[in-house]
Amino acid sequence: MNDPTTTILFVVILLNFFLLGTSRLGACIRVVAAQGALLSILPPLVHGVSPHSLLLAAVALALKGGTIPWLLFRAIRQVKIRREMEPRIGYIATLLLGALTTAGAFIFAERLPLLPEHLHSLFIPASLATMAVGFLLLITRRKAITQVLGYLVFENGIFIFGILLAEAMPLMVEAGVLLDMLVAIFVMGIVMNHINREFSSLDTENLCLLKE
Amino acid sequence: MLGSLFMHLLVVLTLSPLLAGIIARVKAKVGGRQGQPLLQLYWDLAKLFRKRMVISSTTTWLFRAGPVVGIAVPLLASLLLPFGPLAAPLSFSGDLILFVYLMGLARFFTILAALDTGSSFEGMGSAREATFSILVEPTIFVIFIVLARLSGDFSLNGMFVPVKAGFNTPAGIAMSLAILCLFIVMLAENCRIPFDDPNTHLELTMIHEVMVLDHSGPDLGLILYGAAMKLLLFAALIANLLRPATGNLLLDTGAFLVLLLLLAVLVGLVESAMARLRMIRVPQLLIGTSLLSFFALILLLR
Amino acid sequence: MLLTSLIVIPLLGAAAALAMPSERLRPWLLPPVAFIHLALVLAVIAAPAVSTGAAMLELDGLGRLVLLVVSLLFAVSSLYAVGYFHNHPDWTNRTFVTCLLIFLSAMTVAAAARHLGLLWVAVEATTVASAPMIYFNHNRYSIEATWKYLLFCSVGIALAMLGILFLAYAGLHGGATEQSLQLDFLLQQAPLLSKPWLRVAFVFLLVGFGTKMGLAPLHTWKPDAYGEAPGLAGALMSGGLTSVAFLAVLRVVQIVKGAGEAELANQCLLGLGLTSLFIAAVFVIRQRDIKRMLAYSSVEHMGILAIGVAVGGLATYGALFHVMNNALAKGSLFMSAGNIHRYFGSKKMCETQGAINVLPWSASLFLIGFLAVTGSPPFGAFLSEFTILRGIFGSGHNVLGLAFIAFLTVIFIGMSHTVVTVALGPPLEQAPSAEPQVGEGFLTVLGPLVLLGLVLLLGFYLPEPLRRLLTEAAALLEVQT
Repeated sequence: MNDPTTTILFVVILLNFFLLGTSRLGACIRVVAAQGALLSILPPLVHGVSPHSLLLAAVALALKGGTIPWLLFRAIRQVKIRREMEPRIGYIATLLLGALTTAGAFIFAERLPLLPEHLHSLFIPASLATMAVGFLLLITRRKAITQVLGYLVFENGIFIFGILLAEAMPLMVEAGVLLDMLVAIFVMGIVMNHINREFSSLDTENLCLLKE
Repeated sequence: MLGSLFMHLLVVLTLSPLLAGIIARVKAKVGGRQGQPLLQLYWDLAKLFRKRMVISSTTTWLFRAGPVVGIAVPLLASLLLPFGPLAAPLSFSGDLILFVYLMGLARFFTILAALDTGSSFEGMGSAREATFSILVEPTIFVIFIVLARLSGDFSLNGMFVPVKAGFNTPAGIAMSLAILCLFIVMLAENCRIPFDDPNTHLELTMIHEVMVLDHSGPDLGLILYGAAMKLLLFAALIANLLRPATGNLLLDTGAFLVLLLLLAVLVGLVESAMARLRMIRVPQLLIGTSLLSFFALILLLR
Repeated sequence: MLLTSLIVIPLLGAAAALAMPSERLRPWLLPPVAFIHLALVLAVIAAPAVSTGAAMLELDGLGRLVLLVVSLLFAVSSLYAVGYFHNHPDWTNRTFVTCLLIFLSAMTVAAAARHLGLLWVAVEATTVASAPMIYFNHNRYSIEATWKYLLFCSVGIALAMLGILFLAYAGLHGGATEQSLQLDFLLQQAPLLSKPWLRVAFVFLLVGFGTKMGLAPLHTWKPDAYGEAPGLAGALMSGGLTSVAFLAVLRVVQIVKGAGEAELANQCLLGLGLTSLFIAAVFVIRQRDIKRMLAYSSVEHMGILAIGVAVGGLATYGALFHVMNNALAKGSLFMSAGNIHRYFGSKKMCETQGAINVLPWSASLFLIGFLAVTGSPPFGAFLSEFTILRGIFGSGHNVLGLAFIAFLTVIFIGMSHTVVTVALGPPLEQAPSAEPQVGEGFLTVLGPLVLLGLVLLLGFYLPEPLRRLLTEAAALLEVQT
């Protein structure tokens, strides 16, 4: 039980709360990057130092902690926005919802049929809580960029769960997963830029032309 | 029993103005100023107690009661707390609730005294003080529950013992969260930056200071003294958790006192590094803090 | 080896397209690549299947079927694309052509993937590669469609990833000594998988890949994306991409059935299938936008596929056959709809009335394509839908069978109003659009014509190798006990 993963996962959960509570986009991107970088240290810690885990850590660090945040920073510089104004649900409300879902994740994880060695680790609850927070961001924020951040946080949650199962995934596939994400974010960045050009704002509320 | 009672009162009465002096000195040093002497508050108190009072004719006995309760309560509460290796003279299971409500009582009387003057500024300050204290209270309770759960004891004397849990365990994390939350609570309860600025001179932005504007002379002295004691109490809560446990009485007491002073330095540093929060951001921070404490509880309960 | 070249050749083509400076010549890259791909696919399919049991890439019956459909559709689309861009020499097509080829490569990987992780990577790659194709028109509508498509499908696919991880955990929890997400391995280990985790995994995977497939109620991106994408992209997505996503769902169904949880899989698929039919029936009536109408028709057909697989037996065979018919017919419809859209500069029913007077070929192809896709005899879709119905009634699901017929009838009637008005209605007085009108060219008519011809052919004559392929694929989906 006494291992650094507990502390890392715990910081990851704290970063979730920070994300829900802040409106500054730059800070949000930094937090998501920090979260990704922290998570990328986990594979060697959990599975021991091996070429597989080290490479995975390196790729994850380079993409989650480096390239993707850089792309996002470039995107917000191009569209010149700094803050998420008027989320659909206020900050305190989302913060409370986030706390509730985190508590729910902890309680729910207790009831899952888990392997004995995962029974009291933070992995499952942290993963569930991070995914829930990612979803909350996706749902409650209006700006395209914060929705992308929500998607990234959701992916981080999945990544936490995936670390438990690294043996089942060949390295090539993991790298492919991360690469796919990178390209997806890249394309989203381009689309954001175009949304901004069309509507002079990144508000996805503007995207309501297509309906029955 | 009597010996420890005497020791506790001695520590609270003599040491508390020193902490305020340290904070002011650290802020001055960081700001590049010489600053007031470390013992300034002692001289201030001595001066105030020699003066005569001006009491507004619209006030009633409530106005006088505020400062008296304001000094009586911290003295009483200090008896519930252990000071390092010195066990609390007054201790029973569940005294944590008494501790929280003693603090509430002091605030209640301060607010009443402020409202008694009939000044609009003081009413405004009271409203803010009441709001923020409501937001702080759940945090304190949740932290106390966390500590009670960790130690298995429901008295402050048994709860506030040095931390034994390793850092990377859920218990250790919950403990560090609890300490962090206690520190924030200390800042909020004692009206320090980033919640309130004790040195502010603009009535509109004041919270605590505006409530005591009408007090003067010995009454003001009592209020200042009481506030300094309250700061000491909260610092003592944290120092109890952080202090090393060697078993040697003198060494442990020394470490405890040094930790108290270090906490005052830390408060000074925080005050120099941060600006005061906008009023609307304060509830957000306080709610965030209570969420943190709540999270610490979840970590323990699973 | 052949398989690797199937994946690499389109990628090389994409690189060439990216590097090629000439806007006029670039689309001409598509047909050679597409036809080499088709020839290689036919060669692969003709070769006997060898199963090594642990490969990452291998083609079983299902993979072959889907790959054949995709490759065929892409080959025809490549001709259409040449004609399409020939009519619009002023449009930049670098991104579009490059993405088309990457899209083909990703779909090939998905069809051949034997590892669930790889399958996931390929399916997500199709999302990313197709997003720029939807945004081809660069206007407010298409950007909205692209954003919705990207976000919906990415999140949906992320859920599928979670499902895959849950599946791996089911193996871990079930006590398997070895860990892998390789399909043969999983099928072999299926009875050992921990049941609660397997069920959760199935639901997540179904939701994830079902989003990509466009099963209601996860279809909301579909009308927008298909409506705003150029007809060519619509054809490839509604015919090829949905088949690939369907294949991904089938892979999961295979595992779940192997683990003895066929009942859960069937009920979930049946539920989603019926919802899809219902939603399609509701929205197709009085649908004024021809491309959105086609999108809802696509939702309907995904529902038919899901129901077919859920019922099992003969209906599974019918559903697999229907994959082929639907892909070809839908491809043809989107291409002819694209021609109509380009000529009138609109895809609204009221602005494209009487298309037959100006676009005799495209309008009649649109009309006949509608008959083919709704399952009117003598087209292949009739045969496949009829087979599914026989399967439904044969297995005693009489109420389901009747509901199925009722929904299909409503959808037929709903679509017919729009289609007949567009094709045969009274022509408008003046051209509604100020843009130069683009008539139909040889290649832009040839594409839908060939596809319709193939659907018609399938209605009369099912080649023996294809029949064997279908039987083989259907057998993979039966419970192996």
